[in-house]
Amino acid sequence: MKRVVITGMGTINALGHTVPDTFAALAEGRCGIGPLMFRDADRLAIKIGAQVQNFDAAGRFTRQQLSLYDPFTQFALGAAQEAIDQSGLDLQGHLAERAGVILGTAGGGVSTWDDSYRTVYEDGKNRVHPFVVPRLMNNAAASHISMQFGIKGPSFTVSTACASSNHAMAQAFQMVRAGLAPVMISGGSESMLCFGGVKAWEGLRVMSPDGCRPFSATRNGMVQGEGAAIFVFEDLDHAKARGADILCEIRGFAMTSDAADVVMPSQDGAARAMAGALADGGINPEDVGYINAHGTGTAANDKTECAAIHDVFGDQATKLMVSSTKSMHGHVIGGTGAIELLACVMALRDGVIAPTIGYDRPDPECALDVVPNQARRADIDVALSNAFAFGGLNAVLALARL
Amino acid sequence: MSATAGTSEDGMQIKDQVIAIIAEQAVLDPAEVTLDSTLEDLGIDSLGLVESIFAIEEAFDITIPFNANEPDKSDFDISDVAAIVAGIEKLIAAR
Repeated sequence: MKRVVITGMGTINALGHTVPDTFAALAEGRCGIGPLMFRDADRLAIKIGAQVQNFDAAGRFTRQQLSLYDPFTQFALGAAQEAIDQSGLDLQGHLAERAGVILGTAGGGVSTWDDSYRTVYEDGKNRVHPFVVPRLMNNAAASHISMQFGIKGPSFTVSTACASSNHAMAQAFQMVRAGLAPVMISGGSESMLCFGGVKAWEGLRVMSPDGCRPFSATRNGMVQGEGAAIFVFEDLDHAKARGADILCEIRGFAMTSDAADVVMPSQDGAARAMAGALADGGINPEDVGYINAHGTGTAANDKTECAAIHDVFGDQATKLMVSSTKSMHGHVIGGTGAIELLACVMALRDGVIAPTIGYDRPDPECALDVVPNQARRADIDVALSNAFAFGGLNAVLALARL
Repeated sequence: MSATAGTSEDGMQIKDQVIAIIAEQAVLDPAEVTLDSTLEDLGIDSLGLVESIFAIEEAFDITIPFNANEPDKSDFDISDVAAIVAGIEKLIAAR
C-alpha cells in the first residue's frame, strides 16, 4: 500500500478566492455569511447565506467557456487551477493517462436547472439554451477539470448530499493508496444559492434566519454557503521523487451508513465512521488533536455529533479541539467536506485551529472544547474531518502531519 | 405588420443579423464572415452550431427544424452562410 499525501490545494468560497485568503479569514474568525443577493431573493423566508463575493467569471473564462460552466463548475475550475499550480505537477504523457479527477457535489448545476425551469415555466418560453444539459450534469465540474488540465485516467463524480466531498476524497485516497493512480485531483463543489435552491431548503425548516452558531445553546439551524475546494492527492514516493512540497498525509478514512432515518442523524453511524477512520489509519484516539466537525448548527446534528465524539474518544473527548467552520463559510453541502479539509490542513501545517464563531452560550449537550470565537495556536499531529449526510451516509477522513 | 423579404421587423437585413450571430459564435469580426463561408471555414463545431441555431431562433422568433443526429436529412441547409440565410428567410416568411 502506498502512503498518500496532499501536494496542492485550492479554493473559491465565501471567505476567499484562494487558500491563503481563506486561511487568513479562518484564523481571524471572519464570517462570510450575509444577505443573499440574487433574483427573487426578496421572496425568500431565509434571506442569508455565505455567497461567493466579487467572483470575476468574465475575467477568468471566455464567453464560450461561460456558456458551458455553471457556477459550481466555475468554482471547481478556479480551485483546481490553484491546487495544480501549487503542486507543481506537469500533467503530461504517462502521468496524465494515470491521473484522475474525483469530485463531490450534491446538486450539480442547480442554478442552471433553476434558470432553465424559470424560462419554460415562469417566462412561458418553449426553448432553452442548448447547453442546459452539459451545464447542469453532476459530473460537469470533474469533466471540465479533466479537459482543462488534460487528465486522462479515472474520473467521476460522487453524490452523497452533505458528505459528497468526503466520499469523493475517500475514493481518490483509496485509488492512490492502492497504487491505481500516482496522482488524483479530488474535492468538491456546490452552488445552490439561487431562488429555487434556497426555497427547497426552506421547505425542510432546518435553516437559520439569523446565523450559524454551531454547538451554541442559541443555535437555530444551518446557513447555506457555496464554493469549491480541490486538492492534489499524490503517492508519497512520487511526491518525494520530484521534490514536491508535502502539505500533510492522508492517513485513513471510513464510511458508514445509519440505515435509519433519512434526515435525523445517528450517533452510532457517526461514531462508527470516526472510529473506523482511526482504525484504518492505525491512529490512537489520544493522537487526535483536532476534529473539524460536521457541526451544521442544527439542534439535532450538533448534540448527536458531540455524543458520538464522547463514544469514540471517552475521556479524551474533552481534551481535543472540535470546531465547526460552517459558522464562517456556511454549509457548502456537497462541497463542504473539501472546504473543511482546508481547516484541517491549516491546523496540521500552520498550527492554527480555526474557531467556531457565533458561539454565545454553552449547551450542556455539546460540552466539548469547540474553540469558541477565536482561533487558537496548537501543535497537533492528527486531525479528523467529519461529514454526515442526509440519507444517513457518513464519511470521515483522518489527516496527519508528515 | 409583416416584414418585407430579406428584412426583419427592425429593418436590419436578415443577412447581416445572421452574420453577426455567426461571427460572435466564431469569435470573428462580421466582416470576416461572407455568404460563401462554411461553418467549417469559420471553425464552428457541433456545439457552436446548436448554440448559433438557438441564437437565431431567439433573434427571429422562429423554430429551425434541425436535428444534430441527422444534419443532412434536416429540412434546413447549413452548407454555407448563404444557405442558412435563405432558410431563415423562408421560415420568417412562413411565420
